[in-house]
Amino acid sequence: MNWTRKDLLGLKDVSAEEIQYILDNAATMKHILSQNVKKVPHLRGKSVITLFYENSTRTRMSFELAGKYLSADTANITASGSSVAKGENLLDTGRTLDVMGCDVIVMRHNCSGAPHLLSQHVNASVINAGDGMNEHPTQALLDMFTMVEKKGSLKGLKVAILGDVLHSRVARSNFYGLNTMGAKVYVASPATLLPKNVEELGVTVCKTVEEAIKDADVVMNLRMQLERQKSGLFPSVSEYAKYYGLNEDKLKLAKPDALIMHPGPVNRGVEITTGIADHERSVIDEQVTNGVAIRMALLYIFANRRNEE
Amino acid sequence: MKKIIKNGLVIDPANNINEIRDIFIDGGRIVSAFDEKDAEIIDAKGCIVAPGLVDMHVHLREPGFEYKETIATGTAAAAKGGFTSVACMPNTNPVTDNAAVVTFIKDKAEKEGSVNVYPIGAITKGQKGEELSEIGELKAAGAVAISDDGRPVSSAGMMRKALIYSSGFDIPVISHCEVMSLVDGGVMNEGYYSTYLGLRGIPDAAEEVMVSRDVILSEETGVPVHIAHISTKGSAEIIRQAKKRGVKVTCETCPHYFSLTDAAVVGYNTNAKMNPPLRTDEDVAAIKEAIKDGTVDAIATDHAPHHIDEKNVEFDYAANGIVGLETALSLGISCLVNEGVITMPELIEKLSVNPAKILGIPAGTLSEGAPADVVIFDANAKRTVNVSEFASKSKNSPYDGYELSGEVKYTIVGGNIAHKKA
Repeated sequence: MNWTRKDLLGLKDVSAEEIQYILDNAATMKHILSQNVKKVPHLRGKSVITLFYENSTRTRMSFELAGKYLSADTANITASGSSVAKGENLLDTGRTLDVMGCDVIVMRHNCSGAPHLLSQHVNASVINAGDGMNEHPTQALLDMFTMVEKKGSLKGLKVAILGDVLHSRVARSNFYGLNTMGAKVYVASPATLLPKNVEELGVTVCKTVEEAIKDADVVMNLRMQLERQKSGLFPSVSEYAKYYGLNEDKLKLAKPDALIMHPGPVNRGVEITTGIADHERSVIDEQVTNGVAIRMALLYIFANRRNEE
Repeated sequence: MKKIIKNGLVIDPANNINEIRDIFIDGGRIVSAFDEKDAEIIDAKGCIVAPGLVDMHVHLREPGFEYKETIATGTAAAAKGGFTSVACMPNTNPVTDNAAVVTFIKDKAEKEGSVNVYPIGAITKGQKGEELSEIGELKAAGAVAISDDGRPVSSAGMMRKALIYSSGFDIPVISHCEVMSLVDGGVMNEGYYSTYLGLRGIPDAAEEVMVSRDVILSEETGVPVHIAHISTKGSAEIIRQAKKRGVKVTCETCPHYFSLTDAAVVGYNTNAKMNPPLRTDEDVAAIKEAIKDGTVDAIATDHAPHHIDEKNVEFDYAANGIVGLETALSLGISCLVNEGVITMPELIEKLSVNPAKILGIPAGTLSEGAPADVVIFDANAKRTVNVSEFASKSKNSPYDGYELSGEVKYTIVGGNIAHKKA
């Protein structure tokens, strides 16, 4: 397809055709990843900067390795180790990177909408690596890639997403992407962690985890940040684990071949038991591998976008 | 100099006048008819001639935040918008919580202001909600009301004491209603759009719980209270019921609460960020209904100038508020009068007569002997809002590019022309 989109800010407005194109590209990239020598020259002479205002291990490393495997020049900036710590505002930081000739800025920010703001002021492509509670599109793409790998297609899949939906950008991007690709999404979470009018995003809200999991093809647990307990959103970790966590008993309600997914990092014993995290049907490690493939595909697509200009 | 405003449709709700007639001005006051000789004639044919508009809720930012607005630029914006009197909120730096700051504002307005400026003092020292300001001294220096606007008086006990104490000085108390534990870090209305945008939501209850509290405190103490900038259906209903019971509560809303919804935030538009936040279609309809049935007494702008550097940032970090002085009348005409919600005289009541009455200031009437504060506007003229033409120092308006009806031709303050449409 002829790729015209400048930025990947979220999956809200990304078409099925575009998602399919990214997933197809990622399949090719995964092939490269499986080679003995994981380096191809596709992005030689292109530059990728990861601009992270929040801590991250897997997403940042995943983008960095993806860039390196494709021979792009990659550099990292974190808020604490840059002019940001001296009080430079987002647009000035972004424009500085832009005029240095950067092709792709991969950005994570604690504020929803920050990549949208940056994208309007730079020529580089902006890839959202997670903004506040809004979206984390590359995570949802790697989740969908993993589901397709295991299930063949997303159409008609029943996907249960469990946990802290309110604060989850992973959940939102999956809602949009999975809906666009024809999957059916069911959510269950403590009522205090369910965003208002969430059903209007096209998901079915279940009162219990059991109801959401029933006959599911995929069970995805979200990370529960433990500081949410302190702000009074749920009473204790043990009560959360009992009613909203995933264990072997609850898993029996899902289809016998249901996948177990988690965006990581996992709080073992909170949202999923160790038995579930390391279960034979858990694809948590594969999600991480596929994350590199998805990000290679995205860097390839976006860094080459400007060749046609 | 003597002036005669001729041929205009005079709408003076305080005197039940709604007819074509002439207005005579001499010595800065409205007077009875005199000979045309030696008088400046202002032709108001096709225009409405009304008492100058009164904005009971503006932020002039001086002293302390002159990079956002000054008394000179803020009052120039007021004049351009047809306002002849403005009451400015005390969240200045230093806070207007003592007589010296009130005096400073009044002196500065006297020297540099284009319209009448009435300072509002703080309810509590430093707007901290802990100790009462010297309310008697504030009033003596010229404060027309007290409010901790921008912040709520969080303690119910402190608010009750403020009401009771202020009654000894007959000074109106204006309450900014916001329960911070319910706001809980929210930056926009809680609803579909906050979920869609991944922004933290502010529930209606954050406003309504405190509106209820202050209605109850007013009812119990018998002291009047004025609720600032109501934005929700629930607030309107609480006040409607209170008024039916005879509680001495009055309230204002702002043009943005009857003309915009939280959908305006899509795209992380920081010019749609304000406090209270833009609400839903249902709330907009309810606010219009409350304007229509008299639950809402006044329309105020909450004119809140901010520098572009405070808006051109991440939504979470952006300052709350929009400028409003130069669009309020047009929005009232376009969204209320032209849509049949209220009549033009009713709009003038809410933009002039009632706020003047609530504050107890000499405005809102074209009676003989009243100060010659007059607005002349063409209600049918179409305008395209262009923020770069604003007299305000700040341009943070969500209405840039809007096509609206109503254009101010003249603003006359104390018999002098403060603004004339070029």
